[in-house]
Amino acid sequence: MPNASGGNGTKRTPRKMRDLPKIDRASDTRDVLAHAAKDAERLKDYFIIDIDAHVTELAFWDEITGLIDSDVYRHVAAEMRSRSAAIPALMNLQTGIAYQGMSGRIPHDDGPREPVTEKDVHPQVVMTRRAMDSMGIDYMVVFPTPMLQLGVHPQPEVEIELSHAYNRWMTEKILPQDTRMKGLVYLPFIDPEECEKAVKEFGNKPGVIGFTVCSTRYKPIHHNSYMRLYSMIQESGKPLAFHAGYHWGDPAMLQINRFIGMHALSFVQFNMLHVTNWVLNGMPERFPKLKTVWVESGLAWVAFLMQRLDSEYVMRSSEAPLLKRLPSDYIREMYFTTQPLETGNMKLTEAIFDAVNAETQVLYSSDWPHWDFNPPNSIADLPFLSEQKKRNILGLNSAKLFNIEIPKQKLAKKPEPVIR
Amino acid sequence: MTETLIGTLKEFPDGDYRIIDIDGFEVGVFRRGTTFYAYENRCPHYGGPVCQGKILHRVEERLGDDQSSRGLRFAPEEHIICPWHGVEFDLKTGRHAGHSHYRLRAIPARVQADEVYLDLPG
Repeated sequence: MPNASGGNGTKRTPRKMRDLPKIDRASDTRDVLAHAAKDAERLKDYFIIDIDAHVTELAFWDEITGLIDSDVYRHVAAEMRSRSAAIPALMNLQTGIAYQGMSGRIPHDDGPREPVTEKDVHPQVVMTRRAMDSMGIDYMVVFPTPMLQLGVHPQPEVEIELSHAYNRWMTEKILPQDTRMKGLVYLPFIDPEECEKAVKEFGNKPGVIGFTVCSTRYKPIHHNSYMRLYSMIQESGKPLAFHAGYHWGDPAMLQINRFIGMHALSFVQFNMLHVTNWVLNGMPERFPKLKTVWVESGLAWVAFLMQRLDSEYVMRSSEAPLLKRLPSDYIREMYFTTQPLETGNMKLTEAIFDAVNAETQVLYSSDWPHWDFNPPNSIADLPFLSEQKKRNILGLNSAKLFNIEIPKQKLAKKPEPVIR
Repeated sequence: MTETLIGTLKEFPDGDYRIIDIDGFEVGVFRRGTTFYAYENRCPHYGGPVCQGKILHRVEERLGDDQSSRGLRFAPEEHIICPWHGVEFDLKTGRHAGHSHYRLRAIPARVQADEVYLDLPG
């Protein structure tokens, strides 16, 4: 149906007219997010912490693999890089990752090609600043991207070497350059002792506000070999974040023929698995002061799991003897990030926010620059949230949890959130 | 509505599109032959710059007589694709393929004496 005009209105010539660019892989983040910048204007007195954004580490793979500790694997990586730029050295890239940009439909998830001319700071810092400034975000916590899948790498030593190199890259080259960027120590979960070394070596570096397990993996997180690690992290007072991901090679996921289906289920699968093990093995009773954050699966799964586990626990409490309360009571004290937020049924979304105690336990996350990112208005525009709850979820909950100072100009009018 | 002159016909190549900020109102203008389609450059999903994205043909799945899949092909219809999240809208109707609530805000467009006019709000 062509747009038809009756032509009966007032005629005029515009005072100001300018062409806007078509967006492609080389577009500047500020052009891509120009609309978010307009939305951010109305949120400018909000304190916003994005608890899950990403660096594009493969764009700087030469730098990172150059920091590998083992001279052998540093050599292997250099040789691999010299032979093929298309296959990142040492990485176990999953089938799905090439689908993220949806065959050119979402250019910002097809790898950074935007021009960066600034020479005073690292290009990754420049790109992250552009995103923060465009979306009105005060602090951005950054995770890696394809390295999230190292938990299913066939070579344990590669996760150890690459995670150490990444932690060095983050703490030496990125975080010191902008205090608005924060990071979590990548724990090479394949090896508990190496995790403990990482906590000691990087846990107190400037800009480090916690620890993360890239939880796309098949290691029971309640195994006895991790108890000393959890104790150390609890002692540090910093949170432990489990960042989910997808694994199309998982035997269950191999039945799914479309990325959309695999992506919708696989992230959630790993978070559900690990939360289930964490709760039923009584980890919240063993480490009552260890705060856990469950990252990047939206929120709908949490309400499902709470009900499911409660229903079965009532009948089979003998199989979870460390529990003193219902599974949902423990889950309600965990922290969850928002993205990718499910809003197709707003009544359901409201009920889920209520079930997970969102006022204190839910943390805004963008997942920028990935294909399903959520700008801050994903929270600010929710019709059922009070002004205070929006402020808590967008930043105040994370500020309290991660001990991030709130600028004075953004403290006015905002009472402290209630955090257990 | 205010009828606004945005240029002459030759400034809008056939088969192409332009995204124009007109006194602060952003609009995508798509020319197909002598017909113009125009939409506000704001995606109903999260407010992304929908008209600044790619144009691709609608993907269809062909089925055999027995309902078995015969694979994916591009259909003739063109889709406007929001570059933020890939949300797709039919270029000629502004409608989302499967979500009846999602549609682009159409801006009436017409050509008169080789000049292109839009009926802009306000």
